[in-house]
Amino acid sequence: MIQINLLAPLILIMTLAINALFSSNLANASPVDTFEFKDEVTKVRFQALSKELRCPKCQNQNLADSNSPIAADLRYELYGLLQQGKADSEVINFMVNRYGEFVLYRPRVSSVTYILWFGPALLIFIGVIVVIIILRKKPVNKANLALKPSQQKKLQQLLRQESNLNSNNVGEE
Amino acid sequence: MNKIMRFLPLLLVIALGFFLYRGLSLNPQDMPSALIGKTMPNFSLSTVNDDTNTVAKADLAGNIILLNVWATWCPTCKYEHPYLLDIANNEQLKPYIKLYGLNYKDDRMAAMQWLKNYKDPYQFSIFDEKGTLGLDLGVFGAPETFVIDQHGIIRKRFAGAIDTSVWRKEFEPLIKQLISEQQQGE
Repeated sequence: MIQINLLAPLILIMTLAINALFSSNLANASPVDTFEFKDEVTKVRFQALSKELRCPKCQNQNLADSNSPIAADLRYELYGLLQQGKADSEVINFMVNRYGEFVLYRPRVSSVTYILWFGPALLIFIGVIVVIIILRKKPVNKANLALKPSQQKKLQQLLRQESNLNSNNVGEE
Repeated sequence: MNKIMRFLPLLLVIALGFFLYRGLSLNPQDMPSALIGKTMPNFSLSTVNDDTNTVAKADLAGNIILLNVWATWCPTCKYEHPYLLDIANNEQLKPYIKLYGLNYKDDRMAAMQWLKNYKDPYQFSIFDEKGTLGLDLGVFGAPETFVIDQHGIIRKRFAGAIDTSVWRKEFEPLIKQLISEQQQGE
């Protein structure tokens, strides 16, 4: 009975937690805009760019994903620019000129971002070199490990003494 | 050599730990404006108090211009407001600094009421209902404050509320520097 009493609140808490999880999922639902594009290509470009561009306010979401007012504004701006027939690079420049490199989820290659772009390749390169060094290390020569004749002699001597002692012990008993 | 190699992983872990620990205390909202060093963008908008009065970049006159982005929907702006009044009424700063407002994506009646209720620290407030000037300035929230020098170049962007300590830490050194730049120019 005691066990059941302990379990009841636990179950309650779990149900509440599951409920909270689901309701927060609902609250985070992606925004829906009703843009009408001049053609299918523009629509695809809009979708691609709004995934590439980052919301300046809610920093871990892209424009397509964010509910914040600034993201809605920027989506509208993006829509306007694309409808005007601006190229992707022009759109990206427009955003970067106002909000900085920060808005790009895929940063441009520059002296500041070299470490981001080339760091992983460099690390792999270092790793490969380390592996090669380890593999190329010459295996220890087994002939050198063997006992020298003098050591061999001493070993034999010690073993003999040991067996003599043992046999003596047996005789006394 | 071998001994150093043996401690290498430990050293790497300590270095990594140091960077990660530092990352905890960095403020991700603290972003430099892309506009620092660039000229103030052009605009043509009405003011909050007079919808027939169109103002443009040339109307922002002053040796040093503070442009404060505010809105009635922004609670932090309310907190900041008394400090803005202090700055606007500071006798020492008055000859150098002019404070302008940028009312960002707001309702005109509400904004007028706000200025009536809490007093108006601004020379005038630009009424940017659609956030177009805000977009050109890279504004993504309120309050934000821009410092613009006598050549119309944006020198600083600060996101967040100004209070006494923020003013001392973030603005005073720059204002002093700008004033001395001007005196040297003359």
